[in-house]
Amino acid sequence: MSIRVLFFATVAEVTGMREAELDASDYPNVESILLRFAHDFPRLEAHRGSLLCAINSEFARPDSPVHDGDEVAFFPPVSGG
Amino acid sequence: MFLLVHDPIDSSSLQNELIRPEDGAVVVFEGVVRNHARGKQVRYLEYDAYEAMALKKLEEIGARAKMEFDIRDIGICHRLGRMNPTECSVAVVVTAAHRNAAFDACRFAIDTIKKTVPIWKKEFYDDGEIWIEGAE
Repeated sequence: MSIRVLFFATVAEVTGMREAELDASDYPNVESILLRFAHDFPRLEAHRGSLLCAINSEFARPDSPVHDGDEVAFFPPVSGG
Repeated sequence: MFLLVHDPIDSSSLQNELIRPEDGAVVVFEGVVRNHARGKQVRYLEYDAYEAMALKKLEEIGARAKMEFDIRDIGICHRLGRMNPTECSVAVVVTAAHRNAAFDACRFAIDTIKKTVPIWKKEFYDDGEIWIEGAE
């Protein structure tokens, strides 16, 4: 099983992708996933302070646990309307 | 009725779907694309969304509006993709027996949409483009 990771808006532009798959056993929480991508994409660092995250379409926090089959999303503060 | 669409929004048909004989007030709010922002001319906008979560959040806003205000029904439609100035990007329609609750619920809904629904706007100018982050 795996974790599906989604990126939106500026975060998608910085990573150059809208989604990725990770092995669930390597990532206990949201922050561990973010650190992995911040390592791969150093430009993410500038956004980390304001970045929002969600697990399965519900707002989550960096320490929120992640499980097999979860969908984890990272995105900037919203600007719809 | 909560919708994300990629085509022009027809708020009057949304209104016709929602209205019932017991309603005494319908408040319709339309957010439209403005041709200027941050001291610059805006040529057009593009909206991106986390669609599954955005729809869920719109439904939650609707449910909260119905709990907190004395309204009968509410519908929200947000458009995604490219839009030119004067085009409608979001419509909120509230029906109620009386106007005060309808106005209040409509204001609550649009303010909450701008703060909590995962949708992002990109502004395109003559000399570049920028993702907008955070509600205005």
